[in-house]
Amino acid sequence: MSESAASGPLALPPRESALSASPALHHQFEDIEQQHDAGNFGIWVFLATEMLFFGGVFTGYIIYRSLYYSGFAAGSHGLEIDLGAAMMFVLLASSFTMAMAVHAAREGKHRPLIGFLSVTIILGVAFLGMKFTEYFHKWQEHMVPGLNFHPALESLRGAPEHTVELFMCFYFFMTGLHALHMIIGIGLLTVMAILAWRGKIPRENYNRVEFSGLYWHFVDIIWIYLFPLLYLIGGRYK
Amino acid sequence: MSEQTPSVGTYILVFMALLVLAALTTGIAYVNLGPFNTVIALAIAVVKMSLVGLFFMHLWYSPGLNRIVVLAGFFWLALMVSFTLADVFTRSWINPPGP
Amino acid sequence: MSTAVAEVPVESRIHYLNADYGVKSWLFTTDHKRIALLYLGSITLMFFIGGAAAVMMRLHLIEPAGALVQPETYNKLFTMHGVVMVFFFLVPSIPATLGNFLVPMMIGARDLAFPRLNVLSWYVYITGAAFTLYALISGGVDTGWTFYTPLSSHYLNTHVIATALGVFITGFSSILTGLNFIVTIHKMRAPGMTWKRMPLFLWSMYATSIIFVLGTPVIAIALFLLGLERLFHVGIFDPAIGGDPILFQHLFWFYSHPAVYIMILPGMGVVSELVTCFSRKKPFGYIFIAYSSLAIAMISFFVWGHHMFVSGQSVYAGFIFSALSFAVAIPSAIKVFNWTATLYKGSISYQAPMLYALGFIGLFTMGGLTGLFLASLATDVHLHDTYFVIAHFHYIMVGGAVMAYLGGIHFWWPKITGRLYHDGWARFAALVIFVGFNLTFFPQYMLGYLGMPRRYAVYPAEFQVLNVMSSAGASILGVGYLIPFIYLLWSIRYGPIAGANPWGAKGLEWETPSPPPTDNFEEPPIAAEEPYGYAEPEHAHV
Repeated sequence: MSESAASGPLALPPRESALSASPALHHQFEDIEQQHDAGNFGIWVFLATEMLFFGGVFTGYIIYRSLYYSGFAAGSHGLEIDLGAAMMFVLLASSFTMAMAVHAAREGKHRPLIGFLSVTIILGVAFLGMKFTEYFHKWQEHMVPGLNFHPALESLRGAPEHTVELFMCFYFFMTGLHALHMIIGIGLLTVMAILAWRGKIPRENYNRVEFSGLYWHFVDIIWIYLFPLLYLIGGRYK
Repeated sequence: MSEQTPSVGTYILVFMALLVLAALTTGIAYVNLGPFNTVIALAIAVVKMSLVGLFFMHLWYSPGLNRIVVLAGFFWLALMVSFTLADVFTRSWINPPGP
Repeated sequence: MSTAVAEVPVESRIHYLNADYGVKSWLFTTDHKRIALLYLGSITLMFFIGGAAAVMMRLHLIEPAGALVQPETYNKLFTMHGVVMVFFFLVPSIPATLGNFLVPMMIGARDLAFPRLNVLSWYVYITGAAFTLYALISGGVDTGWTFYTPLSSHYLNTHVIATALGVFITGFSSILTGLNFIVTIHKMRAPGMTWKRMPLFLWSMYATSIIFVLGTPVIAIALFLLGLERLFHVGIFDPAIGGDPILFQHLFWFYSHPAVYIMILPGMGVVSELVTCFSRKKPFGYIFIAYSSLAIAMISFFVWGHHMFVSGQSVYAGFIFSALSFAVAIPSAIKVFNWTATLYKGSISYQAPMLYALGFIGLFTMGGLTGLFLASLATDVHLHDTYFVIAHFHYIMVGGAVMAYLGGIHFWWPKITGRLYHDGWARFAALVIFVGFNLTFFPQYMLGYLGMPRRYAVYPAEFQVLNVMSSAGASILGVGYLIPFIYLLWSIRYGPIAGANPWGAKGLEWETPSPPPTDNFEEPPIAAEEPYGYAEPEHAHV
């Protein structure tokens, strides 16, 4: 069983093999390498399910944008591009700090790990703050479908009202689903930070931080698509 | 664990690139390029996604199986979108016989 | 083989059933074998609930004007029957019970890759079931299990959201199971076990897991959007606001068609194991059977529009979906040919599991062939939403999947419990089920062809004879399902001790005691041989 770990191109240094009896190794795995491999693969399979999950809403979006372009462009024009862009920058920064946190975990450096995790969390919370501010503005402008959708005539920009309402439906669904994933991510990273604070993320088994990172980057990638698809339809040159 | 991962320098470079691309996306929206606004915005999004995926998420350094999983996800997504669009766009091509 | 393992009496040996006692040791277990039994209990309960709805429907349909319930209640019965049977029985049936129990054992591992995710998947299943049962008790839902909009989103006052939420939540249980199987099969095979040395059951579990993982999220979104539309009175699927009700059907069927392959692929895997063991022969064309599972999983995602031929979907899209639906029949046919060729010149014995397997081959073939009538655009216009469709899918789901499930339960029962059941009663029950099944559903082909619509609480008088035949069959079928319930439970206490390998079968799971120890194997196994190493029939001995 541990012969495979002790030889070959992926050989672990000798002290790692002592860990085959350590509590960090779960009993169904032969060695820590297999455990890491399986966990890593598992997270990617999970991310593939998330691609299909968001994909369903993206499918609807693509269809209705093709059918009702003018309504979608009008609705998009009414979104606050400054906030959208700011959220983009914040998330990209949080992905950077997340990558640095994983790097610190791999090196076994606790203080940078906790530091980078904390900054990532703060950036995530900032994102949510901006998102809910935006939602509040939309509420004030009477642009929330199902609750108070009475748009001002000029905000329709000539498009039929129901098509703009459809756009706003997708806006709230897609960003809402994304925000839900952000909240889960922030919760996950908070748990990671607490575990790191308690010294439970050793250098030999930092899997949990790495896998949380993969989830976080995925949520960032969703925003990378949401930003142009929701905020930049038809450009802002008119 | 035993796989290679990017250096801090690589992370910083990728981050700079991402910031530039995000600024580019936003800036180009103010320029009238007609239908190309969308094309370019999406192309930039694909590049940003690739940078995050390959470097921040270590796909560049991961076993090929992980890349296959990602490609499978895209393929299935493309399947769902294309067949559904094929329906929506061809509905008006033929009218079924009326009463 | 079976003599290599010491025949210690069950009571004095520690195994997974007696390793720990108490409710907590079961509810908080991470042992895949115990989780399999937790699922077994839960889905059996759901099966009887769904079955009760069916009994009431068949009793009601004895008379053309309806004999039992109000039409609104009838609508709720067929909806709950569909929802419970599809999402809470058939989809998890073989994967969550036999799959959970056998995947680690057949692969030579101590457990699945993520045991805690495994027990979480059961908790999620139970939560989803609770929401759905709540909806049932509060008055039910009457949209049909397909939840078509805008009926479900705008025009009904029944418990749509509770039911949709129950299904949504349970979907995550499937995703977790599929994820677990995929990672386990890729990363935890025993030394020497290459992909081509895996039992065919594992190939079918892998293919099923691909569908779990890639399809289920889409129905989750479809139901999520449906719920939002109902709650906030917005209209993604509402034509009045420019929405498209067919979009819901696309999102719904993108999962639900592959879902029917989730329901049949594991059964096919079981049949491969049963046919080989009870013919004492290795499978004819192992690699074809293995790859056909993957082909079915893949092509199943290309055909969903065949449920929507008359919905308003584009005719051109219909052409494509129809052609692809013919294509998906091919890998299934390959399997049927290969099973038959495996039987040829085999040393066949007719114990209960084999009776179920043989029943499967015949009934699945009939059900599959009738699918081709439905896949053809022209005939589907007449057959859509008639009893022909119902007969078609019940031949596959019940004549196929449920029979394979029962065959698998009977085959691995000695391994799971360490006891043998009474084979005479088991064979009798299998025959009762076979007769009852055909009497129930064959008349429905005829009813559909003659034009009787599905989901109707009343029907024209000229259809009564066939309906009564079908209801009579249903009562026989119901009795048939109760019999195994009785003797299997009885055998746990009073059945003879089984020993490690009572069937003389090949496979790693048979090389460990029955019931297995908690870590499955006393020594970590090595897969040194090709699978299905049965001797040539002329030299075979049991």
